[in-house]
Amino acid sequence: MYLGIDVGSTTVKLVLFDKDYQIIYKKYQRHLSEVRKTTIELLDSVNQFINKEEKLNVCLTGSAGLGLSKDCDLPFVQEVYATQLIVNKKIPDCDVVIELGGEDAKIIFLTNGFEFRMNGSCAGGTGAFIDQMATLLNVSMEELDKLSLAHNKIYTIASRCGVFAKSDIQPLLNQGARKENIAASIYQAVVDQTVAGLSQGRIIEGKVVFLGGPLTFFKGLRDRFVISLTLDEDKAIFPEDAQYYVAMGAAMYAANEDAMLFDQLMENIRNKVSDNKLTNTFNPLFANKENYDEFLARHQKTKVKRESLHNYSGNAYLGIDAGSTTTKLVLLSEDDKILYEYYTSNHGNPVLVIKEQLQKLLSEKNDKTIIKASTVTGYGEDIIKTAFSIDFGLVETFAHYLAAKHFNDKVDFILDIGGQDIKCFRIRNNSVDSVILNEACSSGCGSFIETYAKALGHEVKDFAKKAIYAKQPIDLGSRCTVFMNSSIKQAQKEGAAIEDISAGLSMSVIKNALYKVIRANSADDLGKEIVVQGGTFLNDGILRSFELEINRKVVRPEIAGLMGAYGAALYAKANCPKQGQLISLEKLSSFIHTTSNTTCGLCTNKCSLTINEFDNGKKYISGNRCERPYDNTSEKLHPNLFKEKSRYLRKLVPKKGSRGKIGIPFGLNMYENHPFWYGFLTSLGFEAIISGISNRQLYTKGQHTIPSDTVCYPAKLMHGHIEKLIDKGIKEIFYPCMTYNFDENIGDNNYNCPVVAYYPELLYANIHRLKEVNYHMPYFGIHRRKDFEKKAFEYFSLKFNVTKKEIMIASKNAYAAYEKYKQFILSQGEKAIAYARKNNLQIIVLAGRPYHIDPEINHGIDDLLITYDCVVITEDCISHHIKKQSLGILNQWTYHSRMYNAATYVTTQEDMEMIQLVSFGCGTDAITTDEIREILEKGNKFYTQIKIDEINNLGAAKIRIRSLLAAIENKRSKRG
Amino acid sequence: MAKKKENRVIFTKQMKKEYKVLLPMMLPIHFTLLEGLLKVEGYDTELLDTGGNDIVQEGLKGVHNDTCYPALLVIGQLLTAIKSGKYDKNKLALMITQTGGGCRASNYIHLLRKALKHSNLGFIPVISLNLSGLEKNPGFKLGLPLILKMIYSITYADMLMWLLNQVHPYEINKGESKELVHIWEKKLLVEFTKSRNLQYKKVKSNLHLIVKDFAAIQKHDIYKKKVGIVGEIYIKYARLGNNDLEQFLLDEGCEVVVPGLMDFLIFKADNRVVDIELFGGKKLKYKITKWLMEKFIVMQDEMIVAIKKNSQFRSVARFYKLKELVNGYVGQGNRMGEGWLLTAEMLEFIHMDIYNVVCAQPFSCLPNHVVGKGMIRKIKDNHQDANIVSIDYDPSATKINQENRIKLMLANAK
Repeated sequence: MYLGIDVGSTTVKLVLFDKDYQIIYKKYQRHLSEVRKTTIELLDSVNQFINKEEKLNVCLTGSAGLGLSKDCDLPFVQEVYATQLIVNKKIPDCDVVIELGGEDAKIIFLTNGFEFRMNGSCAGGTGAFIDQMATLLNVSMEELDKLSLAHNKIYTIASRCGVFAKSDIQPLLNQGARKENIAASIYQAVVDQTVAGLSQGRIIEGKVVFLGGPLTFFKGLRDRFVISLTLDEDKAIFPEDAQYYVAMGAAMYAANEDAMLFDQLMENIRNKVSDNKLTNTFNPLFANKENYDEFLARHQKTKVKRESLHNYSGNAYLGIDAGSTTTKLVLLSEDDKILYEYYTSNHGNPVLVIKEQLQKLLSEKNDKTIIKASTVTGYGEDIIKTAFSIDFGLVETFAHYLAAKHFNDKVDFILDIGGQDIKCFRIRNNSVDSVILNEACSSGCGSFIETYAKALGHEVKDFAKKAIYAKQPIDLGSRCTVFMNSSIKQAQKEGAAIEDISAGLSMSVIKNALYKVIRANSADDLGKEIVVQGGTFLNDGILRSFELEINRKVVRPEIAGLMGAYGAALYAKANCPKQGQLISLEKLSSFIHTTSNTTCGLCTNKCSLTINEFDNGKKYISGNRCERPYDNTSEKLHPNLFKEKSRYLRKLVPKKGSRGKIGIPFGLNMYENHPFWYGFLTSLGFEAIISGISNRQLYTKGQHTIPSDTVCYPAKLMHGHIEKLIDKGIKEIFYPCMTYNFDENIGDNNYNCPVVAYYPELLYANIHRLKEVNYHMPYFGIHRRKDFEKKAFEYFSLKFNVTKKEIMIASKNAYAAYEKYKQFILSQGEKAIAYARKNNLQIIVLAGRPYHIDPEINHGIDDLLITYDCVVITEDCISHHIKKQSLGILNQWTYHSRMYNAATYVTTQEDMEMIQLVSFGCGTDAITTDEIREILEKGNKFYTQIKIDEINNLGAAKIRIRSLLAAIENKRSKRG
Repeated sequence: MAKKKENRVIFTKQMKKEYKVLLPMMLPIHFTLLEGLLKVEGYDTELLDTGGNDIVQEGLKGVHNDTCYPALLVIGQLLTAIKSGKYDKNKLALMITQTGGGCRASNYIHLLRKALKHSNLGFIPVISLNLSGLEKNPGFKLGLPLILKMIYSITYADMLMWLLNQVHPYEINKGESKELVHIWEKKLLVEFTKSRNLQYKKVKSNLHLIVKDFAAIQKHDIYKKKVGIVGEIYIKYARLGNNDLEQFLLDEGCEVVVPGLMDFLIFKADNRVVDIELFGGKKLKYKITKWLMEKFIVMQDEMIVAIKKNSQFRSVARFYKLKELVNGYVGQGNRMGEGWLLTAEMLEFIHMDIYNVVCAQPFSCLPNHVVGKGMIRKIKDNHQDANIVSIDYDPSATKINQENRIKLMLANAK
C-alpha cells in the first residue's frame, strides 16, 4: 500500500492507494497551523484500513510537509513533482496543469518542453487570498462563490497581494458596488494573477487540467478560468478528487522510498522532535505582572467623561468617521461629554450601518436636544455626506489632529493605526506639518491582525491578550502578509507558541509603521508628546511594543478607536452653522438607497461609474476621477503640464515617407525622447507611428509575456505596446537600448535606470511575436552628438541604406526637435506659474519620471489636483533654475537629478509644493525618496509621496492631496 | 578628529596607524586573502563574518527598506559591529567595495554614510575599495604593487574555490579539501609578507601546485547533481545574503558550481572599453583600460592552463567565450549590475552540461529583471534541458519558501 500525505499551507490531505494505485481511503482537513496534530488525526482515521503487520510506503509533500518530513525523518517529494507524476498517469494527454492551493499557485507545462512555475515571493491570487477577500466582504467562501455566479460586471482588482486588492475592493464596497460583481471580480483577479504571473511568455493552450482546493470547490472561479483562457468544454478538465491530486502523486512517489510499518510511521510523527530552536526572538513585552499593572494604570488616566443621551438636554454635535473597514459615530454635548458612541465593522455597507445608527440615536435622544451640526470624515465621507445631508466633510487627518489635541494640548506627533491605514502627522506651531500615510504594499494594520487571529482560529480580543504573556515574541519580519504567512509557518515549525506569535505580530506592526512608513531613525525623529490612536492601538500588545521600540511613554486616549469621529464632532461644534442640515427621523424611515453602474463618456478616461441614488433626490457618483459626471461641465482650465506635454506629443503625427512605416513603443524613455526620434526618423523618410496611449486593455494584452512580476508598472506596459504595434501590422519596430540619457549638467553622471536602459532586450527575449517583425534595438548614446551620428550612420546605412548626408540632416532635426520640446516645457511652465500667481492658486510640482504623464500610469492624479484648484507643473520645467548640487547620495541618473533640483527650487518658492510620484517596485526611488524628503523638509516644505501601480483607485491619493492642501492652508493662515 | 571634504570624512595617514578597519565578508577565501594582504600593508583590518537577526534589524533601521538587500545587510552588519562595544568608535574605520555604474549598488557607500550620520556616527571614516579611482583617501592608497597583489590573490582564491567545489562533495577523507584550502591560504599569506613584489612566475608555479594538490585528494566515484549559482554578486556569494545556499545544496547531495570573481573584474573593465566603442570616449582611457583588462585575462588563462595540464577538473571558461555566448540575448553594452555577465554565466553552465541553475537576487533587483529573470525564457527556448530557478532574497523572505522552490528545481534535475 502507498500512503501520500499532502501538508499544504492551510489543509492536510491524505490518500491511501492499493498496489494498483486505486484509492482505498482519502481525507481532507484544515489544520489551522497545527500541522502535526492534524496529520496525526488523519493517520488515526486511516488506521482501520491498514494491515499493521505489513510495511507500507509513505511519502510527504506540500509546503508545510517539507518541515514535517525533516523533523520526523520521513520521505518527502516536492509537490509540483508529485503533481506531474500523477497527472501523467491519470490524464496522459494533458498539456498544462494549473493548480491553486492555499498559498501557492503553480503551472506545469507538460508538452512542448516541460516547464514548471510557482508563484514567487510576491504572491497573491491563491486560496488564502480568496479567504481574505471573503472576510472583507463578510461572507463565507461558499457564499462568495454563490454571489459570483450572479454577477453582471467585472471590476479591475489588483491581485498581486491581499493588501493591494483590499485597496481596490474597499472603495468599491464603500461606494455601493454590488457584492455579486465584486465576488466575480475577485475571481477574475485570481485568474489574471495566475495567467500573468505564471505563464511568463508561454501560452496556456491544449488540454488544461485544474487542480487544488479552490478550483475544486468554487464554480465561479472555474468559470472565470475557462472564459479567460477561452477553453472549449473538452479542453478544460476538472478531475474528480482534484484536491487530492498532490497527495495521490506523493503516494505514487512513495513506491520509490523504503517501506515502513504503520506503527513506526506514527511513532516518528508523534515523537520525533526537531532540533530547531526559535532563532529570531525579542524580549517579552512585560517582564512581570507589576510591570503590566503599572502600564495599565498609566493608560487608564485618559478616560473621557460621558453623559446619558436620555437625560441630556441641550445642543449636541455629531461626528461620523466612515472608515475603510469600520464605521464610528460620536455625539458630543456642549461641554464635550460623549452622549453616544458607536464602533462597528461596516460589513461592506457603511450607508446601512449609519442609517440604523442615526435612527437609533435620533429616536433615543431627549426631545430638547438639538443636533446643531454634523461632520463626516473618512473614506466614505462623500457618500455619507450626500446620503444623510451632513453639514461638513472633513479630511480625516485633521479630524484626528483635532481629537488628539483635545487629549494633549502639546501634542507634536500623532500615530494612528486603523483597520487599513497607518497615518502619522507631525505637529509644528499648532498645525499639521507633515502627513505620512502607508503605501499599498506595507500592510501591518488592524485588519491584518484580525485576519491572522481568524486564520489561527482565535477571536481578535483573545488573540491580542495572549501577546501580554508571551515569553519569546518571535520576529516575523515586516514586509507583507504573504511573507508573514510563511514566517509564521516557519516559527510554528520551530515550536513557537500562539502567545509568541501574537506578540511577534504586534512587534511587526510597530516596526512596519516605524521603519517602513515613517522611516524613523530614532524616537527623537517622532516627537516628544506622542499621541497614539486608531482601533489597533486598543490592543495592549501593540501599544506596549510601540513604547518599547521607541523607548518613550505615549498617550493612548481611552477612545483610541473613535478619535476620527470625536474630532469630527469637535469640528462640528467649532464651526457650528445657524441651521444644521442633518436628515430627520421621518425621512430616515423612508430612506431608500439604490445603486447602478454605468460608464462615463465625457472624456477618454471612460471611468466605470457607480451611481448611488437616494430618496432625497440626491445622487452620489463614484469611480470618477474628476467632477465632470456631476455637473457635466467642461474641464477646469487651470494649467496642467501633464496635459500640455501629452498634447504636444500627440501633435507629432506620422508623415508618410519613402522608407515606409516604423513603429515606436510609446512608454518609458521613449515618451520624453519621442520628439527626438520622431524628428530623426521622419527626416529619414520613415512614417514614425507610436503604439498609442496606454490603457488597461493594452496592459492586459501584453501581460502574459512579463517575466518578472516585481518590475515597475511602466515597464510592464511596454509588453502591451509591442503587441499593439504588431497588431497594427507594422513590420519595423524601433526601440534602442540607452545606457545614458541626455546630459543636462546637473548630476555626477547621466544614466538611465537599468530597467529603462535595457528593457528593449527583455522584450525581445520574451515576446515571441517580435520574430514576425524587424525589431531594432541598437545601443545609442544621444548624449554625445558626434558619436551618435557616427553610430547612427553605421546602423541605418547597414539596415536601410541610409546615406551619411541623410543622417546628418536627420540628426540635426532630431536635436532641434528635442530642444524645441524642452523649450515648450519651459515656456509652458512659466505660463502656468504666472497664471497661478495671477489667480492666487497653489502650484504643485508633480514630480516623477517623464513617462508618468501617461494617464494609465498616473491614473489621473493631475486631474484630481486641478479639481482642487491647483496648478500642476512638472519637475523638468523648473530643474534648470538650480546648478549641479552636492548631495548626500550619488546623483547619477538624469531623471533623478531633475527631481533633486526641482525640490531645491521648490524650497525657494513660497507658493510651490512638491508631490513625488513613485512607481511601485522602482528600486532607484528607494534612494530618491529619502533624499527629496530631506531637501524639502530642510527647506520647510511638506514632503508628499504617492505610490502608483496598476491599481486604479485614487482613494489614498485623495486623502494625501487633501491633507497636504489642508496643511498648506493651515500654514498660510498661521502666517496671516 | 578627521577633517571633512566633499561631504565625507577622509581616512588620513595618521588614521592608518591608529585605526582598526572593518571589512564585511563576501567570499570566504577571497576576503581572507584580501584581509591578509591589507594587514601586510600595515592596515589593522578585521574581516566581519558575523550573522544573526540583529544585522537585519539594524539594516532595516538604517536604510530605506526598499533598498536592495545586500546594502541593508552590509550596512546592518557594520552598524551592529560598531554598536557592539567591541571596538573603540573613535579609532574605527569601515571599508566597503564600490563599483560605479547605473545600478543603485553604486550608492551603497553613500547609504552607509547616511546611516552612520543618522546613528550619530558620522565621524567614522568609510573607505571605498575600488579599482576605478573613485574617492581618494591619503591614508589608503592602492599602489601598483598592491593592485597586482590583489589581482594575484583573486586568481588564487578563484582557483581554490573552483577546485574546492569540485572535490569537497566527493572526498573520501572528510574535510581534506577544506584543510588544503587553509594550508594554501596560510602559505600564500606568508609569501605576501616575505616579498614586496610578487613574481608573476611564482604565481604561475603556485597555480600548478594548487591544482596538483587538489588532484591528489582521493575521491569517491559517485554521480552527483551539479547545480550552478548565478546572480547579483553579493547574494550569489555571501552566505549572509543567501541563507547559506551552498551548504543547503551540499546537504541535498549536490555539487555546487560558482563562477569566480575574476570574470566580474574583467567584466567591469570590459564595460569601460565597450562603453567607448558604443558611445565614444577618450582614446587614452580606452587603451589603459584595455591593457588592464588584458592583465586580468592573462591570469585567467594561466588558471585554465594549470587546470588542463594537471588534472581532469572542469575548467573555467575564457572571458571572451563568455562574451560570445550572450550574442542574440543581450548586448555587450548591457553593463549595469552584473549586466550581460549574468546571462553569460547561465549559458556557460549549460555549455558545461550543468543544466541546473539557481539564479539568486535581492527582491526587485533592477538589472536582474532584464539579465536574470528576463532571459530565462529565451534560454529555455534555446535549451530545453535548462532547469533554472529564480530565487528572491530579502529581509522578510523565509528560508522555507526559498528551499521549497529550490527543491522543485532539484526534483527535476538530472
